[in-house]
Amino acid sequence: MIADAPLVLGIETSCDETGIGIVRGRRLLSNRIASSMDEHARYGGVVPEVAARAHLEALVPTIEAAVAEAGVELDDLDAVAVTIGPGLAGALMVGVGAAKALAVALGKPLYAVNHLVGHVGADLLTPDADDIEYPTVALLVSGGHTSLLLVRDLVDDVALLGETIDDAAGEAFDKVARVLGLPYPGGPEIDRAALGGDPAAIRFPRGLTLPKDLERHRYDFSFSGLKTAVARWVEKREADGVPVPVADVAASFREAVVDVLVSKAIAACHDTGVPRLLLGGGVVANARLRTVAAERAAAAGIALRIPPLDLCTDNGAMIAVLAAERLRAGHPGSALDAAADSTLPVTAIQVP
Amino acid sequence: MILAIDSSIGTSVALADRDGRLLAAADEADHLSHAEVVGVLIRRVLDEAGVTAADITAVASGMGPGPFTGLRIGIAAARTFAVARGAELVPVLSHDAVAAERLLSGASGDLVVVTDARRREVAWTRYSGLTPSGAPERVDGPHLAERATFVVVGADRIDAVGVPAAALARLAALSLHGERATDPDEPVYLRAPDVTLSARKRVTQ
Ligand SMILES: [Zn+2]
Repeated sequence: MIADAPLVLGIETSCDETGIGIVRGRRLLSNRIASSMDEHARYGGVVPEVAARAHLEALVPTIEAAVAEAGVELDDLDAVAVTIGPGLAGALMVGVGAAKALAVALGKPLYAVNHLVGHVGADLLTPDADDIEYPTVALLVSGGHTSLLLVRDLVDDVALLGETIDDAAGEAFDKVARVLGLPYPGGPEIDRAALGGDPAAIRFPRGLTLPKDLERHRYDFSFSGLKTAVARWVEKREADGVPVPVADVAASFREAVVDVLVSKAIAACHDTGVPRLLLGGGVVANARLRTVAAERAAAAGIALRIPPLDLCTDNGAMIAVLAAERLRAGHPGSALDAAADSTLPVTAIQVP
Repeated sequence: MILAIDSSIGTSVALADRDGRLLAAADEADHLSHAEVVGVLIRRVLDEAGVTAADITAVASGMGPGPFTGLRIGIAAARTFAVARGAELVPVLSHDAVAAERLLSGASGDLVVVTDARRREVAWTRYSGLTPSGAPERVDGPHLAERATFVVVGADRIDAVGVPAAALARLAALSLHGERATDPDEPVYLRAPDVTLSARKRVTQ
């Protein structure tokens, strides 16, 4: 029974969401998230110490809510899963400390797994979906990361194709929102501001797409130059005493981000001969990203998969299901002294 | 049985019976490895005492003061362990455990417990001996003070380099028997979180 559908609780505290999820194999039983986003709003970005404090406060109530929603007993769990990295170190450690105590208290194995690979695993929890086919390219975009992966096997073979060399895409949304005087988080605000705007009004730079950059950074991203370009453009208008067309700026900025994300993902599919693309991460909530990805994937004959949005944002269920897959495949639990690693590479799907 | 966990300086874990008598203790002095060692130390005291996790009916949690990142790990572990076992959580000010250990081993009179608070500051709490039930009588603190200028007058100064989880368990036992007030279930940070406020730009809409 365990081998087929292990009951796993997953703890996710790598950024500003305290996520507790419970799965039975690939069946989602509960997915509870407490976010400290509102507490970061006045700072315009995630403040690590604020996030870590909020994790500690939210942890037990969120565990209790998840267990109640799943209708299980903690003693019934087959394993405890936790995000061991990458992420904010102080935030990660709250979840790691809790997960270890939970594992020892229940006498169950600890699965310390990779946050980014968890985003890919979220797809397994999509209700009534066909099994994910491998290999697949995965584009993971959030406020904390922007990565392009080649997933040959979720359980034991994931490679990094590229990632951002400066800001994450979600961070760029936050920073440009601030330039435009819009509140945090920037993603939904930019979306709202872009309504009725012309995405082709201003040609903002597409980072790392020039031929010379592509040689070294074919699948890498850069958004800090774009953010600066938007800020300069706005400052110039202000200096000239001309009103800033906020809708056009927002739409054009968003188009630059989406264009470079989707172009590089599609290029990766072509280059690797993999006609499958999976999206994950909180920025997937951006409708324009989903639309452009769907259009271009269809045109290129690439099958696009997008998990439900509440499984795209950071959550504990994706961590639980990744651990369940590892357990099912016969991998033992992690050592009880496993160390949180804020820069854990994607090749480390689970730490030993 | 009582499991006690403190990570306000290093990481210390102890196991005691319901009356606070020590059964096993395990410590890690390193003040950067709390998240690595906390699970190992809990398992070690259980194994050493030959008891199972299910025997734990109360968890004493050292609430600080202490540097934030480390402090949180022990509290997270204590709270989670308590929930997992349906055990009672007993928050205890970590300085109380230091004072209790000193006073119960024969010291008398006023004393001040001092711990490193980083950034050239110390955290301190003042005590005036033991209550009749054997808990340290806290008269002032915890507070922060500048390390260079902080002086203790009219009391013994204890610069603690560790928090004895055994004493934490003993104080928790007093609380469980109604002989000591329980501390609030809140981490004692003594500082607001560090943030860098970013200036907002004005734009014509
Ligand atoms: Zn994420």
